[in-house]
Formats: sequence, C-alpha cells, structure tokens
Amino acid sequence: MKCLVVAEHDGATVRAGSLAALGFAADVAAQTGGSTTWLILGHELNDVSQHAARYAAVLAGDHPLLAAPTADRYAAVIDDQTRRGEFDLVVAAASTFAKDVVGRAGGLLGGAMASDVVAHRWENDRLVMQRPMYAGAVLATVVLSGSPQIVTVRPTAYAAPQPRTEPAEIATVGIDAETLPQHIEWLELETRPTHRPDVSEAQIVVSGGRAIRDRDDFERLIGGLADALGGATGSSRALVDAGITPNEFQVGQTGKIVAPELYCAVGISGAVQHLAGMKNSKMIVAINQDADAPIFEVADYGLVGDVYQVVPELIQRLKDEPDRHHPPPES
Amino acid sequence: MKILVPCKRVPDADQKIEVHPDGSAIISAHLPFLLNPFDAIAVEEAVRIREQRDGETEILAVTIGEEVCQDELRTALAMGADRALLVVCLQPPDPWNVARILRAVTQREQPDLVLMGKQAVDDDSNQVGQFLAALLDWPQATFASRLNFVDNGLRVARETDAGLETVTVSLPAVVTTDLRLNEPRYASLTSILKARKQSIDQFCLADLAVELEPRLEIRHLETTASARSCQWVTSAAELVDRLRRETH
Ligand SMILES: Cc1cc2nc3c(=O)[nH]c(=O)nc-3n(C[C@H](O)[C@H](O)[C@H](O)COP(=O)(O)OP(=O)(O)OC[C@H]3O[C@@H](n4cnc5c(N)ncnc54)[C@H](O)[C@@H]3O)c2cc1C
Repeated sequence: MKCLVVAEHDGATVRAGSLAALGFAADVAAQTGGSTTWLILGHELNDVSQHAARYAAVLAGDHPLLAAPTADRYAAVIDDQTRRGEFDLVVAAASTFAKDVVGRAGGLLGGAMASDVVAHRWENDRLVMQRPMYAGAVLATVVLSGSPQIVTVRPTAYAAPQPRTEPAEIATVGIDAETLPQHIEWLELETRPTHRPDVSEAQIVVSGGRAIRDRDDFERLIGGLADALGGATGSSRALVDAGITPNEFQVGQTGKIVAPELYCAVGISGAVQHLAGMKNSKMIVAINQDADAPIFEVADYGLVGDVYQVVPELIQRLKDEPDRHHPPPES
Repeated sequence: MKILVPCKRVPDADQKIEVHPDGSAIISAHLPFLLNPFDAIAVEEAVRIREQRDGETEILAVTIGEEVCQDELRTALAMGADRALLVVCLQPPDPWNVARILRAVTQREQPDLVLMGKQAVDDDSNQVGQFLAALLDWPQATFASRLNFVDNGLRVARETDAGLETVTVSLPAVVTTDLRLNEPRYASLTSILKARKQSIDQFCLADLAVELEPRLEIRHLETTASARSCQWVTSAAELVDRLRRETH
C-alpha cells in the first residue's frame, strides 16, 4: 500500500506519536510492497521537514494560511494530496489534532476510517486491524472497505522506525490560497507552561486523583514525585472537573492514552474510563487508602495508605539517593 | 435558530461488558442503556442556548436505530428538546453511514447548528461530527468546552492535547462537545412524564433516500482482561526498594 503519514509537529521536530504512526505505515508498506511518505502542513517547515526526511520522503505544504491547524484547510490539503498522489492509506497518530483534522479528511475521502488502531496484520489482501471499544473492555477486529483507507493508530502500540542512512527527498506541495476553505478562524492556544515532559510522550507518569485537595497539593505531591522520578504529571478527570489540573492532563478513555514504563496512580480509584487510558503501561504502581479500589486490579505494586503521608516520604527517599533507577532526562 | 442534536443509545458505562462466545456481538440482553453522556451534554447546551435567547430556538433531537432508541429521544425531550425524530435502521450503521444519514436529516431540516457528542462511549470512534462537517462542507469545532455567539458565528473554546484553543466558526456549523462544556440537568418528573406522551416522528432510510455504504466491518469482538496481580508493599521505603530493583 502507498501510505501517506500526516505528521504532527512543533515547527522543529515531528512528534514522537507521528513517528510511531510512521512505524505502523512502514510495516504495512513492507508487507505489501508499498511506500511511506510524510505530509507535513504548517508554515516555515524547513527544520521539521529535515527532521522528518531522516525517516521518509516528505511532502511539505507550507503557507501562512496553514500556520495554525484549522480543520477545514488542513483536511482540504490532505484530501487533495491523497488524491493526487493516489495514496491507498492515510495514517496519523490518534491525537486531538488527528481526530479533528484527519477525521474531517476521512469524510472528504469516503469514510473508510478506523480510529485508535493498536494491532494489524495483512491477511488475504486485506489490512486486518484491532481497535479497542467500550473504554478498552473489548478489542474489535475490523476491516475497511473502500479506498483510500484512513487509520489513526495509538502511538503506545507502535515504535518509530530506524532513521535512514541518507535523508529522503523533500518536495513542496502547491497551496492554492484561493480554493482553501476559510470558515474557521484560529484565535489562540492557551497552555500552562511546564518544565516537565509531555504526559503522552514521557517514560514515567505520575497521576493524581480526587485524593488531592488543591493545586498547591498537586504541585507539591504529584509534581514533587514526578520530579523525583524524572517524569510527567497527569490526572484523573476528577481533578480536571475540580479545576485543579488543566484538561490536557486528563488520562483516560476521553483524554490521553498513555503507556509509559512506569505509571503511578496516586489517590485514583480506577474507574473504567481512567483505566482505559493507562492500563497498558509497562509497570503500574497504585497508592490508595482503600484496599478495594479497582485501580489495584491493574497494578503491579500496591500501597494502601494516605497519600498525604506516603508521597512526601517517597519523594524524600527518592531524593536521598539521586543515583536512581532512571537515566537523567535527555537534553 | 434551529439546533439539531444527534443522540445515541449506549450501554451504561458502569456495567461490565461481555461478548457472545462466538465473538459476534456484545451480550446486551440485560444491559441498562442510556443516552451517550456527550450527547446529553449537547442537549443541555442546546437548552441553555434556547434559554439565553428567550426561547426563539428550536431543538430537534434525532437518533438512528431500532424502535427502542426512542427511550433516549425521550430523555432528550425530558431535558428540553422540542421535537424528536427516529430514523429507523435495523443494523447498527458505521460512522460513515451515521454521518450520511445525519446529512440527509440536516438537508431536510436545515438547522443552523448541529451540536453533538465528540464520541460515543460504546465504539469510541470520534468520527461522525468530523465526517458530517466534511460532507456538508460546513465548518467544525470539535471538543468544545465553551460556546459564545458572536457576530455571524460562534466562538468556541476547544480542548486539545496542547491546551485550550479558541476558534470562531461561521454558521451553519458542526460543534462536538467535551465534558467541561456543562453538567447536564436531571429532568424533572413532570417533564419525564410529559416526554412520554410526546409524539416522535419516524423516517426510514428510503424516506431520506439513503442507501447504506458499509465502510467499517467488525469481524470479531473479544473482551480484554488484566493479566496483572498486585504485589502489596507496606511502606514508602519498601516501594522505593522495589522500584529500584525492578528498573535496574
Ligand atoms: C463520559 C465520561 C468520560 C469520562 N472520561 C474519563 C477519562 O478519560 N479519564 C478519567 O480519569 N475519568 C473519566 N471519567 C470520570 C470517571 O468516571 C471517574 O469519575 C474519575 O476517573 C474518578 O476520578 P478519581 O479516581 O480521581 O476520583 P474518585 O473515583 O473519587 O477516587 C478517589 C480515590 O482516592 C482515594 N483517596 C481519597 N483520599 C485519599 C487519601 N488521602 N489517600 C489515599 N487515597 C485517597 C479514594 O479511596 C478513591 O479510591 C469520565 C466520566 C464520564 C461520564
């Protein structure tokens, strides 16, 4: 299959999730004698194109009108490039960006779309895929009819391919400002600055739940433990609702899906919606005062106790011996 | 102002989902069903818009499925929807066909706004709103956590992985709801009783001139189970010790 991978980027590098999506596409291409090509959209794409070209050929759509990811414009370009290049498969990492933009492109391209794919095989000339349903309680085996096929994959289920020895070709695609739809006007993005890694890309995630009473306690306990471990902070929905954490911290069925090396659930009960977002982590540690909390059913290590007592002690002990189990963060 | 709110019947998320031994479907016989929580948020928002606009707003709830899906339409009516429409469809349509059916309803009803859940908590696809917007060539604002009417359009705050994004869209538009948009009201007993008596319009696919074009075929379902067993530690010291050993 001829695969087009829609990249998500920060202007400098392609996101780790998109590299994982390329890993999926590269495997499909290898099994079917196909190819992989990036589609990168935005403005001033030199740096990110060069980064991407270390992995696959690049089509770069560079235009001031594409500076922000507005769904109507981006989807129009993805649709156009998919048709022109006669791609069979359009791939992206399952993120809010892809759900919005690639989902719309899927509607322009005939609707043969599978979201959140976690496994695949090539069988009798069909791409057979698996995706979770019912908050991850069920795994569905699905096939798509129609072409092109549009697939978003969970980055937690795929690995980035090896970089190439020589960088691949970078081509620019023409953007016709006249025909680009402009019904959506992008105004601003409000983020909370943080010195910690992104929760979807971190190797270690410490998440807090309703046990945490306010923002200061979150920073002191969850932030403190995350720093002592060199990880990112996340939270359950309960803390987002309480205004203690921003929405982008939410791990779960309707938030971010993570699968780090280590996930620490601190004062989280383990509702199905939360488990859906973290139960595939390599190692799970749960701290909760209720020994019957469902979070312990998915945990490798459980500690029954009051987080207000246990966590400060954990932080202290981890700090006492800085030569710990994790390497220093890459700079 | 006319607002169309698509509504889906989904199993109650608090229930354990089991699959038939042959993997063909979930066992739904004794499952309680309810209105998809994100759709309830959409109905609530539509009702609030009508309240703000002193009533000159019509809210039409629509669902696609079997007769029993009228239950969820009655939930929407009890919450404040003005009218309800059932599109009878005996096999559950995939997201592409849901979007095509909704397009046909939209073309017939001419709403100014389609307000719908960002995802249904059964299949978790998160596709229909985006497909519908593409099919109608309307602007979209997905994952909305705040809506304000401005000149000729809507200003929408969107929940994204990177933070809260603000966009404006012209009308007509498709907006999909996120959890923070509002907290749906509980319908009063009187409105529940009243909703029971309200009539629900029915269409079949032929009335809407839609023929299904299957795109996503589900071949098999299986339940997933955690293979972990929890090792208990009794102190912070012991936990730190275990973590060290495990990760060395
Ligand atoms: C449509 C929908 C989508 C949702 N999506 C998500 C999602 O994506 N992600 C998500 O997380 N949730 C989601 N939820 C919410 C979910 O159902 C739960 O309500 C939520 O996960 C509960 O968060 P919690 O575990 O922090 O709080 P609770 O369930 O209240 O649990 C708090 C836990 O902390 C423990 N505790 C309290 N105090 C202490 C203490 N001092 N020391 C130790 N332990 C203590 C308690 O024993 C309890 O187990 C969704 C809900 C709906 C309806």
